[in-house]
Amino acid sequence: MKAKHQRMTLVVLALIAIVAAGLIAAWALRSQANYFYLPEQMAAEPPSVGQAVRLGGMVAADSIKTAEDGITVNFMVTGNTEDAIPVTYSGILPDLFVEGSGVVAEGSLQSDGTFLATNLLAKHDENYVPRELEGLEGHNQSENYAETVAGLK
Amino acid sequence: MHIYANPKRFLSLASWLTPLLFWSGLVLSLGPIAWGLFVVSPDRLMGETVRILFIHVPSAWLGMGGWTGIAISSAALLIWKHPLAALSARAIAVPGMVFTGICLATGSIWGRPTWGTWWEWDGRLTSMLVLLFLYGGYIALAQATSREGGSPKIPAILGIVGAIIVPIINRSVVWWNSLHQPPSLTAGKSAIDAEYLWPLLTATIGFSLLFGAIVLMRMRALIAEQQVEARLRRRALDEDVMRVTTSGMETA
Repeated sequence: MKAKHQRMTLVVLALIAIVAAGLIAAWALRSQANYFYLPEQMAAEPPSVGQAVRLGGMVAADSIKTAEDGITVNFMVTGNTEDAIPVTYSGILPDLFVEGSGVVAEGSLQSDGTFLATNLLAKHDENYVPRELEGLEGHNQSENYAETVAGLK
Repeated sequence: MHIYANPKRFLSLASWLTPLLFWSGLVLSLGPIAWGLFVVSPDRLMGETVRILFIHVPSAWLGMGGWTGIAISSAALLIWKHPLAALSARAIAVPGMVFTGICLATGSIWGRPTWGTWWEWDGRLTSMLVLLFLYGGYIALAQATSREGGSPKIPAILGIVGAIIVPIINRSVVWWNSLHQPPSLTAGKSAIDAEYLWPLLTATIGFSLLFGAIVLMRMRALIAEQQVEARLRRRALDEDVMRVTTSGMETA
């Protein structure tokens, strides 16, 4: 074997080992490196009451209700399944926070099963559509929102 | 590629390719940016902030593409011992880091109005920040080894090992639930409307040409630096035998 081929084999083997190690590490992080829980994940394995976590999903249609004080909002967050988590939040809402769009809520689960959010982040989807085209065929809102949250089918 | 092992051949190629890449890149990047800033209509949800797209996405592409270039150059250096490979890897590192920084900065500015936060530790943002630090480490290591007379193989190993971050950045929004949205452009499918897509693709080509021009300029500068050093050494040889030993020890 020529020296050049020897070096080539070494580099290729090293590359394969590095890529494999990196991918295995990333794979092991699959559940830990999630930025937020989906509602079904939170329903299946609820975090302990008061533990700071993030909940991410879609704001269910017709679920946003403003309380009498005018700044507290209640809404349901849904995911891929039937599971829905009720969320309570008091504060300024992000501009992109609307029914049917993606949201990430920072806060903790309460003993009554509601999620008390201390901070709301709006999640944008991967669709970029000019305002004039909204609602036209092929730019259906529900179609666009469908893939807003990674992991949502 | 081996015919360019001769720096004279490479320099004669670079001398006409550099201005060509530079001017075409400048036109193709500034044009779509201006078009994006003043002509395209606002996005249905994000409104006017969609205009950042035309700087943010090409910068992200070059940040990741830059490290891919470093990895390829590093492999060429280790396997074929191509004399230009060490130079091209060093030449790519600085613009690659700058574009990674631009991507992070514009992303942060964009995140404030759309998501409601300047920075979050989600998979995509964190992995891109790791790439920025990798660039910093690579530049420091490459400079130190070239100044101290170490082997260019040392930064080449970092160039290859660090390449693992590129697929991780690419897949981060698919593997993990992230605040950053999943990819808009996948093989044969675009979730970006044609009105934004065309200026975006043009800007990406323009940024890449500009990047190529910067890399060629930096390679020429590095070659010139080496020639200056070699000439000084030769002159010292001619003049004084005593000084040869000392300057040889200093520069070696």
